[in-house]
Amino acid sequence: MTPTVFHSVRLEEEKCVGCTTCIKHCPTEAIRVRKGRASIIEERCIDCGECIRTCPHGAKKAVSDPLAMLSAFSYKVALPAPSLYSQFPESTSVDRVLSGLVELGFDEVYEVAEAAELVTEATKRLLEEPGRPRPLISSACPAVVKLLQLRFPSLLGQLVPLLPPMEVAARVVKERLHPGKAGVGVFFITPCAGKVTATRSPLGYERSFLDGVIGIKDLYLPLRGALSQAPSRRLARAGARGIGWGRVEGESGAVGERRSISVDGIGNVIGVLEALENGELKDVDFIEALACPGGCVGGPLTVENPYIAKTRLRHREDAAPPAGEGPRAPLDSLAWTEGLRSRLALALDPDMLKALVMMEEMELIAEGLPGLDCGSCGAPTCRALAEDIVRGKASSSDCVFKLRESVRKLARELIALEELQPPGLDREDKAAKS
Amino acid sequence: MKLRFEVSGEDFSLAGRASTELKRALGRLGIDPGAVRRAAVAMYEAEINMVIHAGGGVAEAEILPDRVVLVLADRGPGIPNLELAMREGWSTAADRFRELGFGAGMGLPNMKRNADELRVESSPGSGTTVTMTILLGKGAP
Repeated sequence: MTPTVFHSVRLEEEKCVGCTTCIKHCPTEAIRVRKGRASIIEERCIDCGECIRTCPHGAKKAVSDPLAMLSAFSYKVALPAPSLYSQFPESTSVDRVLSGLVELGFDEVYEVAEAAELVTEATKRLLEEPGRPRPLISSACPAVVKLLQLRFPSLLGQLVPLLPPMEVAARVVKERLHPGKAGVGVFFITPCAGKVTATRSPLGYERSFLDGVIGIKDLYLPLRGALSQAPSRRLARAGARGIGWGRVEGESGAVGERRSISVDGIGNVIGVLEALENGELKDVDFIEALACPGGCVGGPLTVENPYIAKTRLRHREDAAPPAGEGPRAPLDSLAWTEGLRSRLALALDPDMLKALVMMEEMELIAEGLPGLDCGSCGAPTCRALAEDIVRGKASSSDCVFKLRESVRKLARELIALEELQPPGLDREDKAAKS
Repeated sequence: MKLRFEVSGEDFSLAGRASTELKRALGRLGIDPGAVRRAAVAMYEAEINMVIHAGGGVAEAEILPDRVVLVLADRGPGIPNLELAMREGWSTAADRFRELGFGAGMGLPNMKRNADELRVESSPGSGTTVTMTILLGKGAP
């Protein structure tokens, strides 16, 4: 049996019209249009959510868990991502937002921002260790981690080998705040699809302690409704440093590394990683790379515009003390328990000699294609079509220009044949014809 | 299998494209990440050198089952003193490139460190050809 890869990005077939918008925006060329519908090449998907963001028909969705799932647990703990705070105007205090979660049925709230403070401290210690490869690359964004596995495997050793804040939060709640207690369910309130996938197929650790992941989008309306009725409880504990993780420059600011690059948007991230792999970034010690524009506030499961959300989050930071009330009950270790392996999904064949032959063929095919990258064949570029052809997943007649060329050739041959009537039957008056 | 890239001496924003394309090709072949990185760095340094010192040229990458051979040929001024050029920190880059953060004198030394074999043929007036071999399956430097 082949292992199936879990992805949270899904297609709603009835909404997909088979246009080529998503295939053009996918940073790993992981989507093809087949039979009038977009289809994802699972091994190449990094769950960045770019297709969800760009689909003009809303046909791309991220699967997260339903709110109804709460009923399966007797003690329910909400772990809101800091980006949740940015979805409401400043007149709604963080205390009120968190109180709203309690109103929705959660028994307790543990801010992921509080866990982010723990990861900040651990990252600082790693940066002080001599002999660590430089620059260290943040592992907080699961799409970036998967991008490295797929396209930049030589940089995997530079990832910060620490659990992400959401996982630290889940473990603090289960192992420290309520050890041994039965019926405890912890739910991450997420801005992104990648984190849903990362709970099912963890990166750097064997098993996630989370019981469910709920998209901000799915919770937004009920939460909004609950805000006005909720009695305001004092629940906000996290400091500015942890809250800032919800936007770009937040993590590097919290870590306090001056020689750092903060990059957001998957295209920009790829640009920085290319430069790093070329050996260009010799004066940088830390890279904070986030797939979404503006950072997590721009996640595909949020409802607010990323730039408005980013500004709001900044104001939340200004209003909070830098280190909050101090993180509670830290874990003994935040270190990864497993190394990350590269995903060889881009290789044409596991056998290098075969791959070499295929690549030569691919180059030849690509030369014969028009090079317009029109997408009509269902592949994002002519080169991608050439690759699909040598992989046996497409044919050169999928190219409309190639097809048109063949039709013309065929038509000419037909006309030529038509002229050639058997002499015995040819009664047409040749003189009348001219 | 051979890849060929024209390296423009005019448009600095295009520098690094040969390296990026080479990396994609090596990725399609499933070549080990360490060798890919060494090839990328060697190609990038040589490409930048060609832009800064020689007004561009042609970069070729021949991919063989056991090695990648990079050949970068230009028709620039040539290297007057190769021994000095190989020394770390030695640079003849113009000020306008130094202002951009280049010209630290690490180009050729870096190529030497990342390639398993480096050959530089140069004569003043007739250009420079840099040939680098990266052995596959050897891992990181």
